Amino acid sequence: MSVVAAGTPAPDFTLRRGDGSTFTNADLAGQTTVLVFYPFAFSPVCTDQLNLYEEVLDQFAAQGATLYGVSCDSTWAQTAFKDKLGVTIDQLSDFEPKGAACRAFGVLHDGGFPQRALVMIGPEGAVQWSYQAPSPAELPGANLIFDALAAR
Amino acid sequence: MSDLGSAPLPSLAVDDHVTGSAEPRAIVYADYECPYCAVLQGRLTDHGAAWAFRHFPVRSKHPRAWAAACAAEAAGLQGRFWAMHALLYGDQARLEDPHLWERARRLGLDLERFDADRRSDAVAARVRRDFESGIRAGVVTTPTVFVDGVAHAGVPDPSVIERL
Repeated sequence: MSVVAAGTPAPDFTLRRGDGSTFTNADLAGQTTVLVFYPFAFSPVCTDQLNLYEEVLDQFAAQGATLYGVSCDSTWAQTAFKDKLGVTIDQLSDFEPKGAACRAFGVLHDGGFPQRALVMIGPEGAVQWSYQAPSPAELPGANLIFDALAAR
Repeated sequence: MSDLGSAPLPSLAVDDHVTGSAEPRAIVYADYECPYCAVLQGRLTDHGAAWAFRHFPVRSKHPRAWAAACAAEAAGLQGRFWAMHALLYGDQARLEDPHLWERARRLGLDLERFDADRRSDAVAARVRRDFESGIRAGVVTTPTVFVDGVAHAGVPDPSVIERL
């Protein structure tokens, strides 16, 4: 399995927002979406990837990009995680069926959790850029997302 | 707004904060509220390493890190950067404004000037400059130590510190 490649249409998927409503391909329309796949809520790193992206969120927004964190945790766990991190980045849950969206995007680790990956999808629903970290322990820098935005 | 796409790590500038007697081979991106950074600070000091410090405050994780960084820069404008740096790491649980003022008093700083400077656009730009250079170089966590240009995320092995 490998992360969906740039130039391909985003696969069909359904994720759950924090309020329980769905987030699907229809919600990609008209915006540049960056899906930030991460293995587990509450896994221990000092400065979390989401905290880092939060710090430059206004610059992502200025370039028209909206970020979402995606994991297989329940919405309850993701909401608690978001609160604990103190970030505003919305979380999307791939809890049930577990990992279905991750599998569709090619980022489901054999262990049943998301790889640490980034997928940028354009307003027309096409994958513009994707990246998977060499291992879940390696956090992708914000600079990689800015590079991808600049290359559109 | 600055371009935050990938760019090489900037080499040492004349106003970078450098300590130690030798030519520094390490550039550390850190913040004053991060406990791992405090551990690194201790090890670098114990070893007597030569190194440079750059600010990398991530506010959602460390809410007082930005204010502490500005306090260090303001102290630096009165010639006491490294003294304030040491005092900040010396008590990471006390980084609210009254604690920053107390440290400034202990260092004999002009308090009015310290307070004006730490809230100034110039100091904010200085801290932001360090932070953005880190983003462009791919820094994702604190501390990140660049040794001869190679990044080490987290507190490096003792073998790395011994070489500095």
